[in-house]
Amino acid sequence: MNTETEKEINSEKWELRLYTAGQTPKSLTAFANLKRLCEEHLKGRYSIEVIDLTRNPQLAAGDQIVAIPTLVRKLPEPLRRIVGDLRDTERTLVGLQLRPAKLDR
Amino acid sequence: MSKVANLKRSAARGLPKAPTGIQGLDEVTDGGLPRGRPTLICGGAGCGKTLMSIEFLVRGATEYGEPGVLMVFEETADELAKNVRSLGFDLQELIEKKKLIIDFVRVERNEIEETGDYDLEGLFVRLNHAIDSIGARRVALDTIETLFSGLSNEAILRAELRRLFRWLKDKGVTAVITGERGEGSLTRHGLEEYVSDCVILLDHRIIDQISTRRLRVVKYRGSVHGTNEYPFLIDENGINILPITSMGLQHEVSNERVPTGVPRLDAMLGGKGYYRGSTVLISGTAGSGKTSLAAHFIDAACERGERCLYFAYEESPNQISRNMRSIGIDLDRWVKKGLLRFHATRSTLYGLEMHLVTAYKLIREFKPDFVVLDPIGNLTLAGSESDTTSMLTRLMDFLKTHKITALWTNLTSGDEQEKTDVGISSLVDTWLLLRGIELDGERNRALYVLKSRGMAHSNQIREFLLTDHGIELTDIYLGPEGVLTGSARQAQEAKESAEALAREQEIAARRRELERKRRALEARITAMRKEFEADEEEAKRIIVESQKREDVFSHDKQKMAANRHADTKPTSGKLRDR
Repeated sequence: MNTETEKEINSEKWELRLYTAGQTPKSLTAFANLKRLCEEHLKGRYSIEVIDLTRNPQLAAGDQIVAIPTLVRKLPEPLRRIVGDLRDTERTLVGLQLRPAKLDR
Repeated sequence: MSKVANLKRSAARGLPKAPTGIQGLDEVTDGGLPRGRPTLICGGAGCGKTLMSIEFLVRGATEYGEPGVLMVFEETADELAKNVRSLGFDLQELIEKKKLIIDFVRVERNEIEETGDYDLEGLFVRLNHAIDSIGARRVALDTIETLFSGLSNEAILRAELRRLFRWLKDKGVTAVITGERGEGSLTRHGLEEYVSDCVILLDHRIIDQISTRRLRVVKYRGSVHGTNEYPFLIDENGINILPITSMGLQHEVSNERVPTGVPRLDAMLGGKGYYRGSTVLISGTAGSGKTSLAAHFIDAACERGERCLYFAYEESPNQISRNMRSIGIDLDRWVKKGLLRFHATRSTLYGLEMHLVTAYKLIREFKPDFVVLDPIGNLTLAGSESDTTSMLTRLMDFLKTHKITALWTNLTSGDEQEKTDVGISSLVDTWLLLRGIELDGERNRALYVLKSRGMAHSNQIREFLLTDHGIELTDIYLGPEGVLTGSARQAQEAKESAEALAREQEIAARRRELERKRRALEARITAMRKEFEADEEEAKRIIVESQKREDVFSHDKQKMAANRHADTKPTSGKLRDR
């Protein structure tokens, strides 16, 4: 049972979106933090899409983006939003709901 | 020195303003909201700030050719569309015509985790995109403070809001930002610190269970503005604000005289009736016929083709119509012709200001020539006496400026006949007083003209009769036994006519008696003359006979003398002379 759930989680595809507005230091920090975190916890089963709202402003309303940078977990459901440059790894993990999984191990 | 000069220059140039198109708000703000700057509209829950911001955009888009962006932080699209559709705004149509963009911003704290530094650039991007895509000139943010409950880093939010308002100014859009009223401050999160050009406060107050909406311009940098609280109304046409400044006494007056509908009353009012545009007050005790008299005025006005607006605060239109039919006045036909409109509300239904706003609105819509308020005293139930007086004064000024004749009825109590409970008696132009006169176990109505400015009016009291063909005024009995009305008057009149009849009969009898006596006298005279004639006849006959006898005697004597051969003659002559 436990191994099956773990497998399921492990086999899940993660679809992440990072909304930015231009190449600001905050955005760059956020992307770097996210990349590191994903490599560590979701290696091989994640995709990151960076959306620059200065180029595609019409996309902001769809995901209810107010703050920049915002990380949106599209998959797995439910949708989660994490706002900020992701400097606090613990909180980011909680936000992505990866934290409980880590505790299980 | 230069500062003063600057001020003077800016005052002369005037601040550019964006008219809101909201009924009355442009008058209060002397032309609209500051163009290209943000305005804060704050107030408690349900005070109408969302509606005001939406109306600002809708009017801008439809009346001033200025497209708008609405950013909603609280409601959902469906809710919003439904809420404003009932007010006559079709947002969907405006959106399709690219005159309006609505962006719903949803920030749910339980969906959001915060970590590290961020800004609100996303909001800026969305707003900028919306503004640019339709060339918007107006923006409304309703209610941006919701962000404080969605995001926890207040320091960032404050810095970003400050940046947002500056950005809006740079963008050159006229913006309206709504904010929930906080305790001890205008808004819960102190938005007034950032939006300092123009602040409008809305208020929804309940006094004695009657609610009134009010608006006040708290601040308007660089512009004159009304500083009072102005009542406003939300109805099917949106927001109606009433700039109730007293209009002064500059209104023009009419010299036209208008008949009242009761000919004898016209006679009492200098023979011609009341002045057009004047204020007529009918006061009287309960059941003295105030409404009936008012109905005559209306009937006469409608007959002349004038439009009448009847504010009934006590009876329903049907009841008034029915009751007036009983005195032979058919008001329904005027309603059907569209000349008469009733507006019946309980005075306690809403506050005085609201009554006033409603009255203004209806008067503007219906454009009447004649307005009836029946009865005004009832309005004190909706507010204090001084409030009522001030409301009626303002209404009167409003009506006078529009040359509309006003007819007010007022109930007076027995001992204060010459006083109205709302103290407006000195303001009215023509005052008709109806009173009951109690006498011999019955009560009758009397009418007199207490005052009527600008005309020679009667000082007489007339008895006021309600008949099945309307009101009749008759002279009251004035005689040695005082003023009499009703059956006492009738009894007195009957008594007098009986007495007169008796006197007449007596005279006739005396005449007959005299005639009889005269005839009797004449009869006697005739009889006496007849007797005398008879006597005369007799006497003549006797004389003739005796002469005959004499003749015969003297003839015999001659004969005898001849016989005796008497030679003396003369004796016969002597005898003949006798």
